[in-house]
Amino acid sequence: MLASIRLILWRLRTLFSSRRLDEDFGEEVRTHLALLTQYNISRGMTREEARSQALRSFGGVTQVREDNRRNRGFDHAEVLLRDLRYALHTLLKNPGFAAIAITTLALCIGANTAIFQLFDAVRIRTLPVKNPQELVEIKLTNSDNRRGSVSRFGQLTNPLWVRIRDQVQAFSGMFAWDESQFNLATSEDVRYAKAMMVSGDFFNVLGVSPLLGRVFTPADDLKGCGATGAVISYSFWQREFGGNPSVIGAKLSLDTHPVEIIGVTPASFFGMEVGQSYDVAVPLCAEDILLGERSRLADGATWSLVVMARLKPGSSLATANAELESVSPGIFQATLPANYPEESVKSYLAFKLGGYPAGGGMSKLRDDYASSLWLLLGASGLVLLIACANLANLMLARASSREREIAVRLALGASRGRLLRQLMTESLLLAALGSALGLWLARGLSGILVLFLDVNGDPVFLDLDFDWRILGFNAGLAILTCLLFGMTAALRASGMDPGAAMKSSGHTATSTRQHFGLRKVLVVAQVSLSFVLLTGALLFARSLRNLLTVNAGFRQSGVVIASLDFSRLLLSPERRVTFKQELLDRFEVIPGINAAAATDVIPVGGSSWSNTVWMDGVESSRRVMSLFNRVSPDFFKALEVPFVAGRAFDNRDTAAGPKVAIVNEAFARQLTNGASPVGRRFWRQRTPREPQTLYEIVGLVKNTKYTQLREDFHPIAFLASSQDPHPDSDAQVLLRSDLPLADVRSSVKRAAAAISPQIVIDYDSLKTVIQDSILPERLMATLSGFFGLLAVVLASIGLHGVISYMVARRTGEIGIRMALGADRARVVGMMMGEASILLIVGLGFGGAMGFVAAGAAGSFLFGLKSSDPGTFALAATSLGVITLAAGYLPSRRAARLDPLAALRQE
Amino acid sequence: MAGCKAEILQGTLDLMVLKTLEAMGPLHGYGIARRIEQISDDMLRLNQGTIYAALLRLVQKGWIKAEWGASENNRRARFYSLTGSGRKQLQSETESWQQVSSVMGRFLRITENG
Repeated sequence: MLASIRLILWRLRTLFSSRRLDEDFGEEVRTHLALLTQYNISRGMTREEARSQALRSFGGVTQVREDNRRNRGFDHAEVLLRDLRYALHTLLKNPGFAAIAITTLALCIGANTAIFQLFDAVRIRTLPVKNPQELVEIKLTNSDNRRGSVSRFGQLTNPLWVRIRDQVQAFSGMFAWDESQFNLATSEDVRYAKAMMVSGDFFNVLGVSPLLGRVFTPADDLKGCGATGAVISYSFWQREFGGNPSVIGAKLSLDTHPVEIIGVTPASFFGMEVGQSYDVAVPLCAEDILLGERSRLADGATWSLVVMARLKPGSSLATANAELESVSPGIFQATLPANYPEESVKSYLAFKLGGYPAGGGMSKLRDDYASSLWLLLGASGLVLLIACANLANLMLARASSREREIAVRLALGASRGRLLRQLMTESLLLAALGSALGLWLARGLSGILVLFLDVNGDPVFLDLDFDWRILGFNAGLAILTCLLFGMTAALRASGMDPGAAMKSSGHTATSTRQHFGLRKVLVVAQVSLSFVLLTGALLFARSLRNLLTVNAGFRQSGVVIASLDFSRLLLSPERRVTFKQELLDRFEVIPGINAAAATDVIPVGGSSWSNTVWMDGVESSRRVMSLFNRVSPDFFKALEVPFVAGRAFDNRDTAAGPKVAIVNEAFARQLTNGASPVGRRFWRQRTPREPQTLYEIVGLVKNTKYTQLREDFHPIAFLASSQDPHPDSDAQVLLRSDLPLADVRSSVKRAAAAISPQIVIDYDSLKTVIQDSILPERLMATLSGFFGLLAVVLASIGLHGVISYMVARRTGEIGIRMALGADRARVVGMMMGEASILLIVGLGFGGAMGFVAAGAAGSFLFGLKSSDPGTFALAATSLGVITLAAGYLPSRRAARLDPLAALRQE
Repeated sequence: MAGCKAEILQGTLDLMVLKTLEAMGPLHGYGIARRIEQISDDMLRLNQGTIYAALLRLVQKGWIKAEWGASENNRRARFYSLTGSGRKQLQSETESWQQVSSVMGRFLRITENG
């Protein structure tokens, strides 16, 4: 073992000093011969005799030197170096070819690597914490029947967490967290910090130690703790404090509460959500102080906590699950909220806790893009295949122009294996250069991709550093592409018959038809793969257009969303309703603002509120899940939603008066069989916060989209803001105006400040919110469009190349035909006929593949089927026109041939 | 038969080189070749060049090392000498060679007698 290592080292050393070692050995041999000659002279020979005798008894000097050279180093490595030098030389002789090949490869490998980088960051990487594979999320085994309010990642309630923390023994540690945001500004500006509210053991169980100061301990998270301290993230520390180490002890203002900074976490820890970085962490118990009346710590029907645990070393998830299952009945029995609706109590008591692997953390990005990343990876892979086919074609063309050279070398005794290796070295060099450049490109490309994912004002935070997976992926691509594009040409060249090749002058009418065969197959492959990509691109583009032009039921542009927070005014709940109306009245008289309305749910903003409803009098016969929203009178005016019947809310609808509602047509279709519901009444099921309530329908409006543009119209019941039983001290106001956002902003700011400078306002435009909601679709359409375009360009280049080659090879034949009277149109027709056959065969294969591939994309599409014949036809037509145009250029060149010149060339 | 010199058995040349270096101390290629011829009374047919293949092999195995020095005719020559592990190797190879040769001797005697 040791000996073989020594040998390898020895040989490695010799590898880099080949020439010097050669000279040394030469000298050694010369000395030997001189001594031997001298000895022979001393035995009485003449100088000449002595010299030739010495040479004879030494044996072949060249032979000995050659043996020495071979044995002292790596034969293979030295040959490889020589091959590399040779390959570099041939590439430099053909800089155009080298540039095209390397650029194509770099682009395609770069795109693949960039998408894989995203894929790696979002799907494969685990949280940057200690032994992430031991982390488990504890949640309901079936969370369908939860009542109350549910937040984005929230799975359990705080009362459940408290019980779990105190009772479950199966884990080495447990923690809970919730997300929130706090306004850092103390003036009327809004500057949100992304916050985590974490239980005391959060950092300890994760194994995150502080970079500065300290992190929380269970002692920081005791009931009734107050706002005792905050741990901040590294990026927040850099951004807000310029990385100043004296930050410990400084105060942050979180929603005007002063909170002391007690620690900074290391740069690697971004929090629990992949794609986001937290700014501030505060103990869970501080919620009571920081959120005040909005705190839901005591509420058993607010499912906002994520509970996680670390498995004991060596223990299995199954054991932990067994314990979770056995403690479940007791825990749910003990936590049943008093206000829980009776009809749901049974399912609450039947809930079961279970542990689920959670080493990857949470990610909205992952949920949104998981499957689209797969598709994009597939699409970029196809482009790479097309590029390989293109390069293979180029390599074949080069190989055939080097036919004579290779034939000579074969005839001189070069072994086929040796030749194959040399030709592959060239491909390997191209692939290596291409993938290295691609890796460099990928860095930039993935950065751009991340910018693409950036939702307005909410930057995506992803760790895109190269890790071994990305480097491996990149190297794998290089080898794969090298094999794909290099192998065909190399095999063909090394497998040829030297005799035949020497005989052929390379320009006869009948030469090497089989070369065409392979090249045609490659072009057909390119055309068919491009067809698949182009079809995909068109499907996504049309789907996006459908989404952009879909009738959402309201006018999307010209609406500004002003999110007002007047909690600093400390208004009593009774006062809030009238205060909101006063605000709206002020806004409405601003010149240029046509309507101002408050809404609980922003249309197509992603959030939702739903409840079971049924018509009064037909008890329990037909219960329907309806969406809800609470809006002020001018909501329908602001969004330009037309009334079908009845009236809008007005000042008749007071808190004390009968509860009223406006419903949409889908509601009417499902609950009153399409008959006008105005004047009829419906019941809304009891919720943890409100009793079962009867509403009178006073108006019927056209359908609108609620959570997202993709959905069908659902039943919606709009309730009146003026009858809100739990008015909050914030409001989301929709302002209809044709003025630019900045103008609306400044006049609204002035109007609000006139009422109170304590009102905090954040602005957005409804259009932006809706655009952001279709970001995944936009990403798919843009990237697949890019890939589709690239594919078509590559395929056209391929077809152009093959037809050009065909024209060049068949110059003689064309000359004869023309001499015999074929006219130019006929020659063009002949060449175009060839191109058309390639195109048609390619489209045939591509159509079949596209049909299957599009099926996988079906769930991404909106408003059209994956087998949409129009799209397929459009793709086929455009691909046909472009590739035939690419084939027409060389065909015309063929037709312009001077028959005499062509024949003379023979 | 005077004209028919013995071929060198595979592997024995290495042993001869090691033994020569042990007996003579540092020596250049020519010196080793000359010495082997002398000892064998010119009975061996040795292409002197082949000695270099053996020397390279032994250097690579770490049993001998090479240093530049001046030869007796004042030319640059490489002098080879035994290393510690080479000395150990020589000992074990000598033993095994003696075993083989005694077995071979006995074997050949038996066949002659039988």
